[in-house]
Amino acid sequence: MAQTSSSPTPTEPPTARRLARRRQGALPAGDRLFDLVILLIASCILVITALAAFELFSGGELALRRYGLGFLTGTTWDPVHEKYGALPFIVGTLVTSFGALLLAVPLAVGSALFVSEYAPRWLAEPVSYLVELLAAIPSVVYGFWGIFVLAPVIRTIQIDIFRSPILRDVGFLRSPPTGLGLFTAILILAVMIVPFTASVARDVLRLVPQDQREGAFALGATRWEVMWHAVLPYARAGILGGVLLSLGRALGETMAVTMVIGNRTAIAHSLFGQTATMASVIANEFTEANTPAHLSSLILVGLILFLITIVVNLVARVLIHRLTPEGIS
Amino acid sequence: MTARLLTGREHARRRRRRFTDRLATGLVVLATLIVMTPLALVLVYLVGRGIGSINLAFFTQLPAPAGEAGGGVAQAAVGTLELLVVASAIGLVIGIGTGVFVAEYPGHPLVPTVRLLSDALIGVPAIVMGIVAYALLVVPLRHFNGLSGGVSLGLIMIPYVVRATDEVMRLVPTMVREAGFALGLPRWRVILQIVIPSAASGIVTGAMLAMARVAGEAAPLLFTAFGNQYWNFDPLKPVAALPLVIYTYSISPYDSWHRIASAASLVLVVFVLVTTLLTRFVFARRAR
Repeated sequence: MAQTSSSPTPTEPPTARRLARRRQGALPAGDRLFDLVILLIASCILVITALAAFELFSGGELALRRYGLGFLTGTTWDPVHEKYGALPFIVGTLVTSFGALLLAVPLAVGSALFVSEYAPRWLAEPVSYLVELLAAIPSVVYGFWGIFVLAPVIRTIQIDIFRSPILRDVGFLRSPPTGLGLFTAILILAVMIVPFTASVARDVLRLVPQDQREGAFALGATRWEVMWHAVLPYARAGILGGVLLSLGRALGETMAVTMVIGNRTAIAHSLFGQTATMASVIANEFTEANTPAHLSSLILVGLILFLITIVVNLVARVLIHRLTPEGIS
Repeated sequence: MTARLLTGREHARRRRRRFTDRLATGLVVLATLIVMTPLALVLVYLVGRGIGSINLAFFTQLPAPAGEAGGGVAQAAVGTLELLVVASAIGLVIGIGTGVFVAEYPGHPLVPTVRLLSDALIGVPAIVMGIVAYALLVVPLRHFNGLSGGVSLGLIMIPYVVRATDEVMRLVPTMVREAGFALGLPRWRVILQIVIPSAASGIVTGAMLAMARVAGEAAPLLFTAFGNQYWNFDPLKPVAALPLVIYTYSISPYDSWHRIASAASLVLVVFVLVTTLLTRFVFARRAR
C-alpha cells in the first residue's frame, strides 16, 4: 500500500501510474496518436452528414428559390414547360407508405407474437430467421418479381373489376388494367417492411418481464388475454418504434416501387391508379434531367426525403431506446 | 376449477373467452404464414425461371444484343465486385473506426452527436446518398463513373458498420479491458490487441451483412456508376453492376433480356442469402 504513493516504480499498479501520468497531461505517444486517428475517423461522420445536407441544399436551391413553398403544394410536374410541383410525389409516398404499414404492421406483430410467445423454441428460431431474410432480398429483385408475378395477378383482378357490373362504376377502383400502380406498389412495400417491424417487435416482446405474464396467467387469464392485457401494452412504445423504422424504410424505398408504380407524374385517384413517389421520380428522371431547373427540382425532392426520413428514424430510435433497459442493448 | 357449479352465464363467458383465445392463436399462426409466403414465392419463382439461363456464358460473356440468344453479364458481375471493393474501403474504415470511437470513448463529448448522426444516416434512403455521391464526384468529373457508385455504396454502409461494431464492442466485458490495463498496456494496445480481437467475429458479421446489403442496391447506382455494356476497369468511367442489369433488363420489352434479368436476380439473391446465412452461422456461432 505504501508503494502507491511513492514515485513510479515497476512494482506500482499500472493503472495508478497511468492515472498519475494522465494527471500530468502526458498520455503515452501511442495513445495520443491512436486517439487522434480514431477521432479523425469518427468526425468523418459529422463531415459526411454536413456535406450531404449541404450538397442537397445547394443542389435544390435553384428550385427552392424559383418555386418556393409552392413546390410542396403544386400538382403539375411538367419538365417541358419548366413547371415543378412535388405534391403528386408527396401524396404518392404517403399513400404507399401508410397503405403498406396498414397491411404490414398487424402481420408483423402477429409473427413477432408467434416467435416470442407461441412457438416452441425449435420453431421460433428458424421462423424469425426466415422473416429476417425478407429484408435481405434486394429491392430490385422484389421489383423484378413484382413486374412478372404480382402485376399480372393484379391485372386480372382489375379486369374482373372491370367486368363486374357493380364494381366497374366505383371510381375508386377504376383505372386502366395494366397491373402496375398504387396497389401493386403497396403490396410490394408491405412485404419489404414487414421484417423491420417484426424484428423490433420480437426484441421488445422478449424484454417484457416474465412476471408480467405469470401474474396474468395466475389471475386465470387465457393466453390471448395475457398477450392483450399484460404483454402488448408493456411493449407498446417499442413496437411503435419498430413501426416507425418500417415507415422510414417505406418512405425511401426506391427500386421496387419505381418498377411497379407506373411512374405517372400525377396524383392517382384510384386504388390501382398509376402514380409516382418521391424516391421513384428521382430514380426515374434523374439521368434524363437536362435542364438545371429539372435537376434542381429532383434534388429538392431528395432533400425533402432526406429530412423526413431522418426525423422519422430518430423518433423511432428514441422510442426503441427508451424502452430498452440500460445495459441490454 | 371451482367447487361450486358454474352458472349458465359464466359458462357462456368461459366458452367465449376460450373461443377468442383459439381464434387469436389461429390468427397469429396465420399472420406468420402470410409473412413467410412471399419469401417462398419469390425464391421459387427465381429458381424456376432463372436457373435455366445460368451457364458458363452467363458469367464469362458480355451481353448479347437484344433479341439474340446467349450472352452473359460478366462485366456486371465483375463491376459489382469492383464497386464493393471501393464501398468497403470507405464503409469499413470509417464504420469500424467510428464504432470503436463510440464504444471505447464513452466519456468523449462528441460521442452522443456521432451516435445520433449515425442513427440518423441509417435511415437515409439509398437514392439520396446517390444524389450526394453524384454531386461530389459525377458533377466535377462531368461524366458518370464507377468511383462515385462505390462511394455512394460506402456512404450507405457506414452507419450499419458503426452500429454493429459499437454493439459487439460493448459486449466485451469491462474486466477484460481492466486486465489489459493492469498489465500496463496503453489504451491503444488494449483496444487493438484485446478488445477488437475479442469482438472480431461480431465485427466481421456486421461488415459482411453491410456488404451483402449494398451489393443489391441499384438506386444510388442509376446516376453514379450508371452501368456499362462492355468491360471497363477504369473507376473513372461508367461501371456495370448486377442490380442495374436487373433493373434495365426487366423494364425492357425483350424476352431474352427478361431471362437474363431473372438469372441475374437469382445470382444476386443467392449471393446475398449465402453471405447472410454463412456469416450468421459461422461467425455468430463462434461469437457465442
